[in-house]
Amino acid sequence: MSDPGRRAFLGTAAAALAGAAIAPGIRLVELAAARSPEEAASAKVRWGLLVDANRCASGCTACVTACRTENGLADTGRPRTDAQWIRIVDLRDPRTGREARAPVMCQHCAHPPCVDVCPTGASFKRADGIVLVDRHTCIGCRYCMMACPYKARSFVHENLADQKPDVPRGKGCVESCTLCVHRVDRGGTPACVEACAAAGHGAMLFGDLNDPESAIAKRLRELPARALRADLALDPGVRYAGV
Amino acid sequence: MATVVHRELSAAAWRFYGPLAVLAAFVAAGFAAFLYMETNGHVVTGMDNQIVWGTPHVFAVFLIVAASGALNVASVASVFGRTAYKPLARFSALLALALLAGGLAILVADLGRPERLVVAMTHFNFKSIFALNIFLYNGFFLIVGVYLWFMMERRMNRYGDRAGLAAFLWRLVLTTGTGSIFGFLVAREAFDSALLGPAFVVYSLAYGTAVFLIAAALVLRWDAQALDAETTVRLGRLLAIFVALSLYVTAVFHLTKLYMTRYHGVEAFLLVDGGVYPLLFWFGQVLVGGVAPLVLIYSPRTGKTRAGVLAAAVLVVAGGLAQMYVTIIGAQAWPLAIFPGWQESSSFFDGEIHRYAPSVPEVVLGVGGVALAAALVAVGLKALRLIPDPCTASSSPPPTSPPARQR
Repeated sequence: MSDPGRRAFLGTAAAALAGAAIAPGIRLVELAAARSPEEAASAKVRWGLLVDANRCASGCTACVTACRTENGLADTGRPRTDAQWIRIVDLRDPRTGREARAPVMCQHCAHPPCVDVCPTGASFKRADGIVLVDRHTCIGCRYCMMACPYKARSFVHENLADQKPDVPRGKGCVESCTLCVHRVDRGGTPACVEACAAAGHGAMLFGDLNDPESAIAKRLRELPARALRADLALDPGVRYAGV
Repeated sequence: MATVVHRELSAAAWRFYGPLAVLAAFVAAGFAAFLYMETNGHVVTGMDNQIVWGTPHVFAVFLIVAASGALNVASVASVFGRTAYKPLARFSALLALALLAGGLAILVADLGRPERLVVAMTHFNFKSIFALNIFLYNGFFLIVGVYLWFMMERRMNRYGDRAGLAAFLWRLVLTTGTGSIFGFLVAREAFDSALLGPAFVVYSLAYGTAVFLIAAALVLRWDAQALDAETTVRLGRLLAIFVALSLYVTAVFHLTKLYMTRYHGVEAFLLVDGGVYPLLFWFGQVLVGGVAPLVLIYSPRTGKTRAGVLAAAVLVVAGGLAQMYVTIIGAQAWPLAIFPGWQESSSFFDGEIHRYAPSVPEVVLGVGGVALAAALVAVGLKALRLIPDPCTASSSPPPTSPPARQR
């Protein structure tokens, strides 16, 4: 084979090989975009929440109750050590006396400090922005709890019973809101959002921040909303309006 | 100077095994506390979801910081050529290793999942200063171990100073790393300062020298010797410089915080109206751990006596524990500002001062770690030739000689 001919042959062969190697990957990306629960999380999606404090009704704790039921968080009567994945924070402006309230949970940061500080990499962020704890590699050092600006994490302080099959937990590990990842991966919405809507308040909106046509993206264009501790530039997936 | 001959601890059997048995009992109690905490969970401690690091961390971080400082005497001999300290350099290295082991044992025992230590040794997130510290601690064991070996093995003696320099540089990085564990916590107002790394280096110089003075006096007394007055007084002067530096860096830390309006709340809490924390800061860290040792060492009456210097060293250790308590626990007691400008309250104790009381298992675990360090020193002294033999130590004048300044 002449030299130019051999080069052309090698080029074609390389292109064909590369195509064969990449094709399944392209297929994977398509599937992930379709958010099939069997496929890995995709960076095309950025799951997020919009909390409208103006709609958060006084005295209502539907989101908190739903979270506890969904994730099997029992009330032991020891509030200082019990896990709280979501809580209502009551707010008062000391100058004007204005009052407000809003649920606070893991803010699913794009640059999560808990992930930065975790020595073993047990704290991790999925491609779709959900921040989780790998219960198999968490050593229970609690450095993530020291680092989280939102006090979003809880340490399991005692033995557990009656766990939910979808939400495995373990004494001695740190945990926090998973954005109901087990529901989201099946195409559902987080339990807190569902409960808030069922209670008729609709103060929480869940969706894909990356999709300009999603309800949450449209609402964020209309409503002045902000990130908590925006000064830290963590780009949280949870946004707040009205506070 | 003449070559100093070292030998094992020469205490009679009962004088050795008696104290060792007492230390072993404390270690066993610490182990029992560890089992109790791990069986029942951390619910049996004073720690909770607000104060996540408690008394075990106060003891552990103090020991780790003191470990790097305990190497001072060896460093001063090897790196800075002060040959008068050479006889005690081996003991200095052993003490550093033992203190680090004791501190790390507490940290591991406090983990939620201590049986996963192997995970921590095999899975690394290199962005985590905590993971980097695992390398720094293991490296310290290795480098100081080699340094000790070079000092003890005649054929390797000539490399001793180089190993000493490596150990000295490593310990500077190590303590910077320990301080940075706290300094890098940007969300917590009482931390969030690059100064904490260098501050911990300065604290380590003081705490390590103080612990060395106390340990050397005890060990030599155990060996029916006395830490000679000249070395004691000279180390006392060194301690005073480190204590003064500690006060300086503490002052700079708080003054820079006070300059920034957003930190006025947390500074008022830690320095004025935070209850136990201002008390521990002003009375413990500043007065007992800072001013009083300086007065003792620079006063002509006490500064030239072993008793005066050793008393100063004990005060520095007490002040160091107070400093760790304020730095670690006081910082967590101050609530996070999640909605700056708003008053916050919630079922998760947002917006309120978090209360904490040390529990018995935590204290027992911490004391167990101290006992473990002491027991390791004892076993090391019995097994290895680390104690300078007074009959051959021509550089050490008899204890009664007046203290002399060495250039």
